[in-house]
Amino acid sequence: MNRVPVLRNPTEDDLKRRHRKGMIFAALAFGAILLAILVLVTLLIDVFLDGLPWLRPELFTQFPSRFPEKAGLRSALQGTFWLMILTAVMAIPMGVGAAIYLEEYATKGRLTRWIEINVANLAGVPSIIYGLLGLGLFVRGLGLGRSLLAGAMTMSLLVLPIVIVSSREALRAVPRSLREAAIALGATPWQVIRDHTVRYAMPGILTGVILALSRAIGETAPLITIGALTYIAFDLRSPFDLFTVMPIQIFNWVSLPKKEFQALAAAGIIVLLVMTLLMNALAIFLRNRLQQRW
Amino acid sequence: MRSSLLRAEYRRTWWTEKIVKGVLFGMALISVLTTVGIVFVLLRETISFFLQVSPAQFFLDTRWTPLFASKRFGIWPLVNGTFLVTLVALVVALPLGLLAAIFMSEYAGTTLRRWLKPVLEILAGIPTVVYGYFALTFITPLLQRIFPQTQVFNALSAGLAMGFMILPLVASLSEDAFSAVPYSLREAAYSLGATRLEVATQVVLPAAFSGVTAAFILAFSRAVGETMIVAIAAGQQPKLTLNVLESIETMTAYIVQVSLGDTPHQSIAYLTIFAVGMMLFLITLTLNIISHFVAQKVREVYQ
Repeated sequence: MNRVPVLRNPTEDDLKRRHRKGMIFAALAFGAILLAILVLVTLLIDVFLDGLPWLRPELFTQFPSRFPEKAGLRSALQGTFWLMILTAVMAIPMGVGAAIYLEEYATKGRLTRWIEINVANLAGVPSIIYGLLGLGLFVRGLGLGRSLLAGAMTMSLLVLPIVIVSSREALRAVPRSLREAAIALGATPWQVIRDHTVRYAMPGILTGVILALSRAIGETAPLITIGALTYIAFDLRSPFDLFTVMPIQIFNWVSLPKKEFQALAAAGIIVLLVMTLLMNALAIFLRNRLQQRW
Repeated sequence: MRSSLLRAEYRRTWWTEKIVKGVLFGMALISVLTTVGIVFVLLRETISFFLQVSPAQFFLDTRWTPLFASKRFGIWPLVNGTFLVTLVALVVALPLGLLAAIFMSEYAGTTLRRWLKPVLEILAGIPTVVYGYFALTFITPLLQRIFPQTQVFNALSAGLAMGFMILPLVASLSEDAFSAVPYSLREAAYSLGATRLEVATQVVLPAAFSGVTAAFILAFSRAVGETMIVAIAAGQQPKLTLNVLESIETMTAYIVQVSLGDTPHQSIAYLTIFAVGMMLFLITLTLNIISHFVAQKVREVYQ
């Protein structure tokens, strides 16, 4: 870090050589990005070529089946939809509440610091470990079985750090002066938060929530670990029902030997990618559109 | 009359404030309880596991066959598989991610960067099953054409896909580290006649060293914990090998394999996934802590 670049006497030849080296490096670095883009494009083309012929109405209306031409994503779509709703219902209040506490109430003490380190650490725990937590705590401990509710609870804990971190950032971006103005008019701390801070921070919080859900929609490992089943041939009726989700159905089809199922998996991937990208696009749109400038 | 109403109103507000603060504090505590829950669940089942299998066998045996008739419980084949795939992934992700970060922070203009960043974000946002599918149906056949002895499930294919999955993480964290280097440092070097490359490699990179190292370690941790790619493309054969063209099994893939079967509660197979999970948790936790402390260093220098 203390090393100063040793520059020799810049004769013309030397300088040319150094610049040539620079050009080669720049090309190399740009090549690295191009390679990443190339892989992304190849992946998308590969998936679309494989899956497009199977992207037909039956894919959305049929239950899974042993026969590829009859198999569809009906139960997986229902599972994913309700899992997202339940996860949002649980993770949003918990995450935003925790963020409000840490940002607006907590004093800089040992306890606060502990909670912060803990949130940062949780964000780095592999998702499959959350699956083991869900299996031990919700499926067995609370006796919820392999139900949609157990899956949603596991998933909410998984995305909780994302919601907390992004909500805190959004709250932090609200200028002090707004809070002080409200306090000056006699508002209590909670009134300030409820009527002012949270409202101004809403776009940021919303963006974080959508990003958290777009992560949750593609998560597979924790749900497999809690034992979400792949063969579900009935409509979801209650949170205590067995369930399956899109990525698990895709995983199941990928691991079947028949060629048609691989193509079916590709069709499922197209649907999943469209959903994920739409959510991401929505988040970016919200971030740019609703962003307040102070 | 009026003042007593006011007092009642006042008391109500006071209680609301107290209750709200308590509830919010409770929500903040949930994250702590999650950690406690993870440690508790893993510990409880791991202890039950070690009551039946001696730690000596777990750490000294070289075979992992808990699902067979002759059960052996040596963890090393799974650890070997995990690190083999991780190594391939890091060989791809670290240099490419670092180069991409240097390009974006030191070479690209604002317009180009505004286009490149979302592409990397998309790459990072693709669900991991999709990468698994890509590895199995695209990369593996390609590898088989180049190296005919490549098995259908192999470490190389999964590792390559995983490398491109964690590349955006390396790139964006390294870029953050670069942008934390004050501009005055670059300007000083430029004024001494350094070229762009010399500024990037001899000034910015050393100054951002701890940030980049932290990014590398975090990528390592992410690769170790990644599940779906290896479950789909790397196979289910735990063995001690360095041959990346062979089928192996990682710790995460083993947990998936057992979870897919219908293992009875408290059976030895059920307990193994918690013991393996504990191992995985400890490895990633250690890496995350190291990364955290390394990253902390850079912040102290430039504040």
